Amino acid sequence: MPLITDPNLESPDDFYEALIAAHEGLDEAASHALNARLVLVMANHIGSLAVLREALAAARAGGDETG
Amino acid sequence: MTYVEGYLAERARASPLIDLRWKNEVVATEPHADHVTLTIATPDGEYRLEAGYLVACDGSRSAVRRHLGLESKGRTFRDRFLIADVRMAHDAPAERWFWFDPTFHPNQSVLLHRQPDGVSRIDFQLGWDADPEEEKKPGNIIPRVKALLAHSPVLKDSEFTLEWASVYTFSCQRMERFRHGRVLFAGDAAHGVSPFGARGANSGVQDADNLGWKLAAVLRGQAPDALLDTYAREREAAADENIRHSTRATDFITPKSAASRLFRDAVLALARTQPFARTLVNSGRLSTATTLHGSPLNTPDGDTFDGAMVPGAAAADARVTRADGREDWLLRRLGGGFTALVGADPVVEDALRGLDVNGFALTVLAISPAPARDALVDPDGAVARRYDLRPGSVVLLRPDAHVCARWRTPARAQVESAMRRALALAEGALPCP
Repeated sequence: MPLITDPNLESPDDFYEALIAAHEGLDEAASHALNARLVLVMANHIGSLAVLREALAAARAGGDETG
Repeated sequence: MTYVEGYLAERARASPLIDLRWKNEVVATEPHADHVTLTIATPDGEYRLEAGYLVACDGSRSAVRRHLGLESKGRTFRDRFLIADVRMAHDAPAERWFWFDPTFHPNQSVLLHRQPDGVSRIDFQLGWDADPEEEKKPGNIIPRVKALLAHSPVLKDSEFTLEWASVYTFSCQRMERFRHGRVLFAGDAAHGVSPFGARGANSGVQDADNLGWKLAAVLRGQAPDALLDTYAREREAAADENIRHSTRATDFITPKSAASRLFRDAVLALARTQPFARTLVNSGRLSTATTLHGSPLNTPDGDTFDGAMVPGAAAADARVTRADGREDWLLRRLGGGFTALVGADPVVEDALRGLDVNGFALTVLAISPAPARDALVDPDGAVARRYDLRPGSVVLLRPDAHVCARWRTPARAQVESAMRRALALAEGALPCP
């Protein structure tokens, strides 16, 4: 199954709020660490190396201001 | 290692084929089309030696490699490690312990593992700026060891003596090609890895295992010189695999960027509670035999098989019972040349008997779930399972016990053709003497 890039979040605003709330009270270093742990937890949930590679490429491309 | 080298020296001395010459140093190497000339320095003066083939296994600073103007290239890690061998009496189990960033040695890694004779080897990462000469002084080492022991509930009060210490750096590198005409490079001369994963000595032994039978076959005129090209090709691929594993472990142990460090620490933090994260903790994946995928000596599968014993795989072992009722192990029953593991089937077994290619006789080992003729009994079904062997199936093993072909019910000619292929013999061609 390829990476889902169409809207797939059950409740986008609730997720976004929960994501920001999870970082509450953390300094920048602690926030980065949390994000890193979150990436690993989600990567394990996805499991498929092919999908993870697509996700990495999509994330990298999304940071490219010209792209 | 000292034991391994001692056993090697004893074995070499016992073999009439080996002439072990101490204090002989190769000081010049002249390659020629059909031989190599060496100049050798001894305490009694120099002499010259002509060799049909030269296997250069003279270590990471290989003199032969230098004489030929060749290099081993790769990535040198800007880091220093202190190795301290300490002798101590304790009841702790012989486990390998790895600390990432422990309180007793902050921001660096530490490895502890048991050696023979009551010696424990401790590896302290020191960083690139450490002064090797200072760090090697016992006065600087002993406090580090004491700090480690104080940290451990099991080793806390152990008395110890410092046996040996050294400071090292390492590289992951290899020569571009392991064969240069009549000179074949093996072991550290050909490739180097970090010590995490026990890949240095293991891959050297695998090089020797791969080259030994091929060189013997070429020297006896049983196979063409091209068989030696496959040594280089197979072991270059194995070196790449070892370097890949080694580099990955090194990047986990000593992260090279802020992001790499962030994820390493995230893995370690999660590993306390999340089992999945433990699969990412990489303190060195221990060496296993390389599967020679894509080797020209493999006959590609025509039939469908399951399991890991694909063409190129190192043969898996299993407990077997011999026809005389004695317990044994499968790999001990292999012949000196090629071996066919046959899922017991009298027609296929008989068709393969007496097969011989240029003096390489085929040993036929029938494998049966229950006693049958002279078959090896597979009491646990482990051979059948690991090789996906059914009645009439044949798995062909080369002299170094790598799988090179397999079929469901082959004809004699197919097996003969696969043997010829594994000897680099072109169809119908005979080797040139």
